[in-house]
Amino acid sequence: MSEKSTSMRDVFRETVLELAEKNPDIFVLTADVGVSFGFPTMKERIPKQTVETGIAEQNMVGIATGLAHSGKIPFVFAHAFVLSMRALEQIRTDVCYSNANVKFVGYCGGVAGGVLGNTHHALEDIGILKSLPNMSIIVPADGKEMGKAVRAAVEHKGPVYMRIGRSNEPIIYQNDYNFEMGKAVTLREGKDISLIATGLVVSEALKAADELAEEGIDARVINIHTIKPLDRETVIRAAEETRGIVTVEEHNLWGGLGESVATVIAEEKCVPVKRIGIPDTFVVIGAHPEILERYGITASNIADKAREIVS
Amino acid sequence: MVQDAELVKRLKKMAAFIRRDSIQMSLKAGCGHVGPGLSWTDICTVLFFHQLRIDPKNPDWLNRDRFILSKGHGCLPLYSALARKGFFPMEKLDTFCQLDSCLGGHPDCLAVPGVEISTGSLGHGLPIAIGMAIAAKSDNKKYRVITVMGDGELQEGTVWEAAMAAAHYRLDNLTGIIDCNKLEIDGPVKEVMNIEPLKDKWKSFGWYVEEMDGNDIEDILSTLERVFGYKEEKPRIIIAHTIKGKGVSFMENQVVWHYKAPDNDEARQAIREIDLALTKLK
Ligand SMILES: Cc1ncc(C[n+]2csc(CCOP(=O)(O)OP(=O)(O)O)c2C)c(N)n1
Ligand SMILES: [Mg+2]
Repeated sequence: MSEKSTSMRDVFRETVLELAEKNPDIFVLTADVGVSFGFPTMKERIPKQTVETGIAEQNMVGIATGLAHSGKIPFVFAHAFVLSMRALEQIRTDVCYSNANVKFVGYCGGVAGGVLGNTHHALEDIGILKSLPNMSIIVPADGKEMGKAVRAAVEHKGPVYMRIGRSNEPIIYQNDYNFEMGKAVTLREGKDISLIATGLVVSEALKAADELAEEGIDARVINIHTIKPLDRETVIRAAEETRGIVTVEEHNLWGGLGESVATVIAEEKCVPVKRIGIPDTFVVIGAHPEILERYGITASNIADKAREIVS
Repeated sequence: MVQDAELVKRLKKMAAFIRRDSIQMSLKAGCGHVGPGLSWTDICTVLFFHQLRIDPKNPDWLNRDRFILSKGHGCLPLYSALARKGFFPMEKLDTFCQLDSCLGGHPDCLAVPGVEISTGSLGHGLPIAIGMAIAAKSDNKKYRVITVMGDGELQEGTVWEAAMAAAHYRLDNLTGIIDCNKLEIDGPVKEVMNIEPLKDKWKSFGWYVEEMDGNDIEDILSTLERVFGYKEEKPRIIIAHTIKGKGVSFMENQVVWHYKAPDNDEARQAIREIDLALTKLK
């Protein structure tokens, strides 16, 4: 492998390996999905800092809690659906209630599982986890951002959930930039409309801004990588400086980024808000891009919603 | 036990057809859990083409046996068996994992006739089976509830919570079959997280335990006869020793074939091997 992979799962492995080889307190746990992110390599390089639990996600989160309460920094890797739902009570009561220093990586977030179908999608993970006190939630937009999120998660004291795709996510950041948990990144300035997106679909918001620019509509694009705590200031500024907001995410419209943004807008500064996401339904069988297309999580639909607000 | 040679031959043929369907479906889709499907194909065949009392014309028939594929990722042979039984047209198999298909990577009970419950998240089947078995008793129905689980799946805590409950409620109408192929995603089950001694575990939980060669039609036939004929008021479990990827030499016992589709050459080779096994039957 000459070229470095930009897949979030590979960036996760490489970043954690780099940190864990210097810091023996960093642990990695998985529940029989280690092959997905190169766990065998980690077992070789940091053998004493890896725990395989077999297919037992609740047990895995319990073990991580015990490790965290003994001064360790455990990274727990599993599908987003099993973490946020199967192991939910462990996450809420064992991890969040005692503010245990556990870091979660939710693999195949949203509908990245594609044809694996609804059992393997997680369109409610963010909504569920954002209602837990002490939990921070990061949805990186690309591999580079995932690397920064992992480093920030180690620095942060307390539980952090990072949601990633499956592999080969779009690349957003060509150059280095400043990443701070809880601070949104304005990828593109604009004064007519704000497109606020999170995760892989930030790429669609950027494409939509290009499309709108051709018509003379100046769209601001904001990447909210940290859904909790939310960067309220940046959202309020968007409301003050542009004519409205379109939110974009790979999540049920209930519970996700759009809901958080709309709440801030309702509380602080009313402007029109349109939300793009999955409309409270289990989704059809299809490849990942096909599913996004079906439910309008696309550049063209984002642009349409922006036009509706601006016109 | 003397068996009807014609029946055995018919089932062996059917198992080969189902294997062929599975290879073709995954080839066309470019994805699929091929190894996990091939592993329990012989069990699937005996269940659907000999044991299960089900009616493709009336999938919701109240007295039907209930079958739950708890290891939902192993759905390729299930789809093939349901189509070949007549639950839906064979052409549907060509749509496996295509946009808007009813046949996704894990079975969906609202979309596929003959599928009792949507599965894919491991460790869910046995508790649901218990609910159905309790309902059968409460309704004075004679139907049986059967579920197939993976051996790695037994690492889920819910399986053992259910194991306790089934014995507690003396569910003699419930049969679990463990597709014990000794592999899961991260490697051999005994290295990932040992589940042995399996037989002793189930016995101590109060179950009637049998073992069989889960890739041998004759053994499956006779073991199922024994298990369904067993009279004590206990739930039944069969530890089926199987080979992941069974029937295609280069897939057998290979972890990589857990989730991987054959390319054209591999599919051709696989079908050649399956057809060869078929001709030997004649
Ligand atoms: C609750 C849950 N955790 C993890 C997974 C991901 N997963 C799918 S198949 C599999 C391995 C299953 O191994 P086993 O039960 O032995 O079945 P086999 O494929 O060998 O038949 C895993 C971990 C899942 N589907 N559900
Ligand atoms: Mg197995």
